[in-house]
Amino acid sequence: MEMKDTRSGFGVGLTELGRRNSKVVALCADLTGSLKMNDFKNENPDRFFQIGIAEANMIGIAAGMTIGGKIPFTGTFANFSTSRVYDQIRQSVAYSEKNVKICASHAGVTLGEDGATHQVLEDIGMMKMLPNMVVINPCDFNQTKAATIAIADHNGPVYLRFGRPKVPNFTPTDQQFEIGKALHLQKGTDVTIFATGHLVWESLEAAKTLAENGISAEVINIHTIKPLDEKAILNAVSKTKCVVTAEEHMLNGGLGDSVAQLLGRNNPVPLEMVGVNDTFGESGAPMQLLEKYGLDAKAIVTATKKVISRKTNYR
Amino acid sequence: MQTTTELKDICTQIRRDIVRMVHANNSGHPGGSLGCTEYFVALYFEIMQHNANFNMDGKDEDIFFLSNGHISPVWYATLARAGYFEVAELATFRKINSRLQGHPTTHDHLEGVRVASGSLGQGLSVAIGSALSKKLNNDDKLIYSLHGDGELQEGQIWEALMYASANKVDNLIATIDYNKKQIDGSIDDVLTLGNLKSKLEAFDWIVLEEKEGNNLEAVINILNKAKSLVGNNKPVTILLHTEMGNGVDYMMGTHKWHGSAPNDEQLEIALSQNAETLGDY
Repeated sequence: MEMKDTRSGFGVGLTELGRRNSKVVALCADLTGSLKMNDFKNENPDRFFQIGIAEANMIGIAAGMTIGGKIPFTGTFANFSTSRVYDQIRQSVAYSEKNVKICASHAGVTLGEDGATHQVLEDIGMMKMLPNMVVINPCDFNQTKAATIAIADHNGPVYLRFGRPKVPNFTPTDQQFEIGKALHLQKGTDVTIFATGHLVWESLEAAKTLAENGISAEVINIHTIKPLDEKAILNAVSKTKCVVTAEEHMLNGGLGDSVAQLLGRNNPVPLEMVGVNDTFGESGAPMQLLEKYGLDAKAIVTATKKVISRKTNYR
Repeated sequence: MQTTTELKDICTQIRRDIVRMVHANNSGHPGGSLGCTEYFVALYFEIMQHNANFNMDGKDEDIFFLSNGHISPVWYATLARAGYFEVAELATFRKINSRLQGHPTTHDHLEGVRVASGSLGQGLSVAIGSALSKKLNNDDKLIYSLHGDGELQEGQIWEALMYASANKVDNLIATIDYNKKQIDGSIDDVLTLGNLKSKLEAFDWIVLEEKEGNNLEAVINILNKAKSLVGNNKPVTILLHTEMGNGVDYMMGTHKWHGSAPNDEQLEIALSQNAETLGDY
């Protein structure tokens, strides 16, 4: 399996966008290399704006550039793309309905060694609470590239979340990305695992282990947390009748929270959530951190077995 | 082009509009609104090339951003008097289901407003972005913005000041409403700006200063001077000394009318000092 970082998918997608859409401009707050924005910068020096370490100013400038028809893509780490500039996004972008694409790398604990100051785990929650905001968390290089290209055609604010480490690149090359469309990756009848971001791969790995244990797990990639593909989720749950959610994010405010709300209102079935439970991260290697914080395939297997036993008792 | 007398009549009418709007719902910010009346009238009736038939992108026209959104009454009254929307709509200010929100918003597509403001310190960044967009579009029209002086206590303003000079954003005229007052009292008591002119010059802006910000001819002259200085690789700012509450005697010289509305009796006094020139809404 080819290993590639999702941030490079963003970089390649942005470069391609630069070639095909002259309205696209890019802004960066002193992390051009980390965000893989160098190719766009070199090919389009007039459309690349180095803002310096001033994220609030970057969001405001991006909002202003939409007036006159530009499509700004801002790039910095997820923490500095969200919590640091929440009020700027809230007022100047989301409330003002500006066509800004907030592109956020190094999300979650897999940022690794830099530690908890940089490992935002609350960003999906913050962004999904904003009216008008679309929230996307693709799972691998190919999907991040496709999502980057697709969001330029969506008129409105988008939060695009991706990460730092090299992870399996398993979805098709040159796929079409449809905002808000859940993707069925594996068929199964006993349980549905809804996963997003890096934990989609972990969920597929978990499904293999579960199959060896005689459990048939359906795996669905929810790359768009908002708007949520409610129909696909309810359809799947009506068949499997129990659910696991998996994400590299706080349990509060993440994908699991959205799915739980949906099911609570429509079809309450046993649900287990894999995510970070109300704690900050720490320094370490990405895979070590996924294991320590209960975010790896093993944790998904455990959660799945638990939810299936609950379903059995529920009957 | 209107005569000075006609422009002064517009100022007087807008002052009436401001106090009536604020009185009608017993909330809003009359002090700063009254103090900036001459600036708004100069901008919309003399200085800017703009189109009251509003479109968001503002291509080939000058664009204005209000960063200190709480002085929305003077902006709404100016936009209405300039033909952006019906003056009758001023009666809806701050009321339920109104497009004239307490602080300006694009949400209900109010003609003339291009970004929400109210949470302070964000407007200069937005104005810079719009100025950069104009440059990319080879549009030689200008961006104007207005900022409160108290608002300069927000850090984002200084990020934006630094960026604009470093990147030669020279199609922007940012005016600072320098009335030296904020909600809790005088700026010097709350958090002094010190030698503001020196600070702005140290940030490498062209800094103009007008001591008579409530003298219409003086405001027009300083804005024209600012226009003559654009395109010189530096952004331009005007320190516009204004008087909070100007035009209503009991509101002048105090910060107490920053965000308070006059009662019935006080309204009558304010109106008696500002004759109805163009017809009340």
